[in-house]
Amino acid sequence: MNTIIEFISQPWPWYVAGPIIALVMFSLLLLGKSFGISSNLRTMCSIAGAGKSCEFFDFNWKSQVWNLVFALGLVIGGLISHLYLTPDAEVHISQATINDLQAFGLDKPGSSLVPTSIFNWESLFTLKGLIFIVVGGFLIGFGTRYAGGCTSGHAISGLSDLQLPSLIAVIGFFIGGLIMTYLILPHLLTL
Amino acid sequence: MKFLRYLIIGIIFGITLAKAEVISWYRIYEMFKFQSFHMYGVIGSAVLLGIIFVQIIKRFHLKSLDGEPIVINPKQFSIPRYLIGGSIFGLGWAMTGACPGPMFILLGNGVGVILVMIAAALLGTYTYGLLRSKLPH
Repeated sequence: MNTIIEFISQPWPWYVAGPIIALVMFSLLLLGKSFGISSNLRTMCSIAGAGKSCEFFDFNWKSQVWNLVFALGLVIGGLISHLYLTPDAEVHISQATINDLQAFGLDKPGSSLVPTSIFNWESLFTLKGLIFIVVGGFLIGFGTRYAGGCTSGHAISGLSDLQLPSLIAVIGFFIGGLIMTYLILPHLLTL
Repeated sequence: MKFLRYLIIGIIFGITLAKAEVISWYRIYEMFKFQSFHMYGVIGSAVLLGIIFVQIIKRFHLKSLDGEPIVINPKQFSIPRYLIGGSIFGLGWAMTGACPGPMFILLGNGVGVILVMIAAALLGTYTYGLLRSKLPH
């Protein structure tokens, strides 16, 4: 058992993770569901009563409870991985990425999952943290619903079904991502 | 009890994305800087295998476990909706290093402040709902 856990505890290469993601999508299809996580955000708005003020949230959210349970599984999966399967927090990014981020004054890039100097509670009360956490989160919520899906719904499910709308959405993901990475992040990181 | 299977699939997905470092802000930054094949390998192999699975479902008219035919709804075609909406999400994806799935997995990993990011994402979704009729679709 210990050797199995040791084996799983190594970082997983892309050719292990990619096929498992496809299997997750396939199992959900076999269970009569479709793989897409951002719709949970709409469901949560609806549960919180947004349907009273806005027609978009006035739907039978009970049909989406399975997806909320799936999201709960994500939290538990993250917890299991954190507590039992990740002996060190290092993220194995390339030296080029480390160099680029150090040039922006980021401390020890890749030594933890997220840059802890930005993503922490204290930083919420600084302009930098507020932008990364609150504005960033807002863009995710607004953008995924506007685009009708996120990475799971479009990049995985939609592309697997060779749907042109999903390809356009993924191109959009990259347009936004490249603008942010090359034009905006250099200013935000040095705030 | 019938929800248990979704919980288990979610746990497997959560462990997978965490162990493959897909939930790391650094991995997303590295992807947009084209400095590693890792993220392209993850998404690319998932899509290639996904295409094969979807083709199997269609060719053999597979039924879901409760006996209903599996239908994958085609998304309505529109360029502005997917391009503008997608770009807005892309801005957020590169800034936070997270998409909706990884947000929940990061929370499980003990990054508590992600709760605020999820709340902001809910506000973003709600704002979209309010503005929907005024936006190009």
